[in-house]
Amino acid sequence: MVDGVRQPEPPDGGAAKANLLTMQGIVKHFPGARALDGVDLAIRAGEVHCLVGQNGAGKSTLIKVLSGAHHPDAGAITWRGEPLTVATPVAALRAGIATMYQELDVVDGLTVAENVYLGHELATGGFTQRRVVRARTQDLLRRLGHGEIPPNREAGRLSAAGKQIVSMARALSHDARLIIMDEPSAVLDSEEVANLFRVVRELTASGVSVLYISHRLEEIRQVGDRITVLKDGRTVGTGLSARGTATSDLIKLMTGRTLDHAFPPNPGVPDDAEELLSVDGLGLRGVFQDVSFRVRAGEIVGLAGLVGSGRSEVLETVYGARRATEGRVAVAGRALHPGSIDAAVRAGVGLAPEERKSMGLLLDEPVYRNITLSTFGRFASGVFLDEGAERAAAREQIQALDLRPADPDRTARTLSGGNQQKALLARWLVHGCRVLLLDEPTRGVDVGARAEIYALIRRLAARGTAVVVVSSEIDEVLGLADRVLVLSEGRVVHSGPADQIDEHGVLDLVMEGSAA
Amino acid sequence: MTEQSVEMVAPTGDVVPSRLRRLMSRGAGRNIGLVIAFAVLCVVGVSTAGERFASADNVMTILRLAAVIGVLSIGMTFVITGGGIDLSVGSVLGLASVWATTLATQTLAEDTHWIVMVFTALVVGTVCGLINGALIAYGKVVAFIATLAMMVAARGLAEMIANRQTQIVDVAPFLDFFRADLLGVSVLVWIFAVVAVAGWVLLNRTTFGRRTLAVGGNPEAARLAGIKVNRHTMYLYALAGLTAGIAAVMMLARTTAGSSTHGQLYELDAIAAVVVGGTLLIGGRGTIVGTVFGVLIFSTLTNVFTQNNLSISAQSVAKGAIIVAAVLLQQRFAARHRST
Repeated sequence: MVDGVRQPEPPDGGAAKANLLTMQGIVKHFPGARALDGVDLAIRAGEVHCLVGQNGAGKSTLIKVLSGAHHPDAGAITWRGEPLTVATPVAALRAGIATMYQELDVVDGLTVAENVYLGHELATGGFTQRRVVRARTQDLLRRLGHGEIPPNREAGRLSAAGKQIVSMARALSHDARLIIMDEPSAVLDSEEVANLFRVVRELTASGVSVLYISHRLEEIRQVGDRITVLKDGRTVGTGLSARGTATSDLIKLMTGRTLDHAFPPNPGVPDDAEELLSVDGLGLRGVFQDVSFRVRAGEIVGLAGLVGSGRSEVLETVYGARRATEGRVAVAGRALHPGSIDAAVRAGVGLAPEERKSMGLLLDEPVYRNITLSTFGRFASGVFLDEGAERAAAREQIQALDLRPADPDRTARTLSGGNQQKALLARWLVHGCRVLLLDEPTRGVDVGARAEIYALIRRLAARGTAVVVVSSEIDEVLGLADRVLVLSEGRVVHSGPADQIDEHGVLDLVMEGSAA
Repeated sequence: MTEQSVEMVAPTGDVVPSRLRRLMSRGAGRNIGLVIAFAVLCVVGVSTAGERFASADNVMTILRLAAVIGVLSIGMTFVITGGGIDLSVGSVLGLASVWATTLATQTLAEDTHWIVMVFTALVVGTVCGLINGALIAYGKVVAFIATLAMMVAARGLAEMIANRQTQIVDVAPFLDFFRADLLGVSVLVWIFAVVAVAGWVLLNRTTFGRRTLAVGGNPEAARLAGIKVNRHTMYLYALAGLTAGIAAVMMLARTTAGSSTHGQLYELDAIAAVVVGGTLLIGGRGTIVGTVFGVLIFSTLTNVFTQNNLSISAQSVAKGAIIVAAVLLQQRFAARHRST
């Protein structure tokens, strides 16, 4: 992604270097839940150590043990040569272990400086020393290469990347020797990711270690030194070279099986297939303009582009969740009323939104009610619900999609990311939609379940559904789709068959577009 | 429901406890705390006031006391389950009671039928609710503020119409109907029972109820699933307004007069009953049975205190303590629910 950035050589005079942190045989039990079952981890001073594993492998639990949120049932932690018990998050910070959580833990209403010193405000007699705090914050930000962020700015006005810098400055303000970064790139676009990596390298150059957790293997290759792989709460690989280990080996370690065909074969679309979705000159003022494409029955069209290119907005506008300012959308030849989700749903369009939890699911409701959320009125006789019929329909989909656990009464919150995604797909399958819009269908879905989701999408298409997929992972769009549209800054810069363009081609187009 | 728990693979193999847990986490089981609290109150009542508390007359008094707030609370349950709040129901009750007893309305009722008064109260309540709902759903005014404005404005309008006078109900057939007993039970109590049952069916067995849960649980997900969230939100406030209208009619029957001071602070009693009953204030989960228990607990508490000649102030302190205790328990439950 960031080809221009030169990598510094990994500090691989390594063996002589003393370990900053070693964890040995860490065990953590939860009633009923899978936890840690003997994790070993060794981090050297000044290295970027990557932690990988599928969802549920125990990464989050391990982080929580390190940051003092959980107490291990067994095992030993050695920190800078001495045994360490992390009793509370504050104790972890005191020892020099700071954690940057996935959800940015920045208070929007406070200034940057106040955020950096949150929880350990510098004060004399209850009065904050504003000037000192400001000066020290300025120093920290400069150290992170972001001296341009004014310490007095309200944190809420910063971008996600800016907030992350604030989070890191906070870690440094505690004199952290080890910073744990939990999926730090999830909220960033590729340029910001490059910036993050630069900061990470500066940190390690000054002797700070980073424990880097990410789903994206190409990032790990760029920024990481060594990798530890977790599976089912155990360490299954440790001390692997971040650059020298083959992807297939890593996936084998993570999943315990080999994945040769992540993407299902593409049978092609017959020429006489009915055109189900046509989008003509669609525009949303200030976001995107003049987007046109057609999707035939059985066809998968992918939208590629960077964060901010307008891909999700295109999808939401087609669906009517945003009101188009120009152009038209038609399903099977009949125009949809702009800005009306109701019209789209009635015409047979379904959307699986980007943010499953906040936009897709009723987390505290049972799975079957999530599956029938757009159809419960159809099962009802008059105004009276027929929950028996709803359950039966849901169970049918649960079986067809192999959604686990196969219990329609379980609350949606307790499902893994992949199974939540299946529940959303099931919703539109029950609805019987002809056009399916999928926004980031594999976000937060682990490697093993991804292949399943891909196969599922292909199967849907084979049944005659017209599918539009948006993804920030270009290889996903290319591997899954029949045709691709590349978006840059709200405009379509390329449109063509997916097998006639590769990842580099797409990136070139995107970069060109944003340079223009 | 019971069939599923058999199919479910219990990780520990003991099916019975997991079934029990499941039962406890649903319907009746969730209300067990309320049943216990209510039973304790009754025991306290019997042991301190004996016959005076346990008499049939006194039970009727408690129920009549519960009826008006009860009807308001059913409407409030829907609004809160749908993720909102309605501070205006007490004032709207006052306004509806005044509007239904103006000289003009009463003259018309004398000439035609007493149902005119009922109709007037229901329409006034529903229209106020619709205004609240339109402001909140389409005007995007925060529910707290929109209904606060309605609370102040409706009270003011009631005072203007009534000129701060109490308006005696002169329509004898109206009073005859609503002050009567049916099968030995006051008509007011019957109304509460009917509204509660209708509310239960509406919330648990109809598409309207499912939409309410969806809108309260995750409005964005509901919207993207094709549910008309704005329209439904408006209906919820209209429903609360309608219950305020019904409560106004009951208030007229109980006091035989319309007054701009009717229903003062009733909105708070209603919210307290709903929350104590176990409906989540953040929306997405509501229980009519719980609300009915919440109402009964508060009216029994008032009665026990009155029977023992304790002051209103002491009652208020006890009420406050109950609200806090109930919410603390609720959070415990929610936390346990999340972790499984």
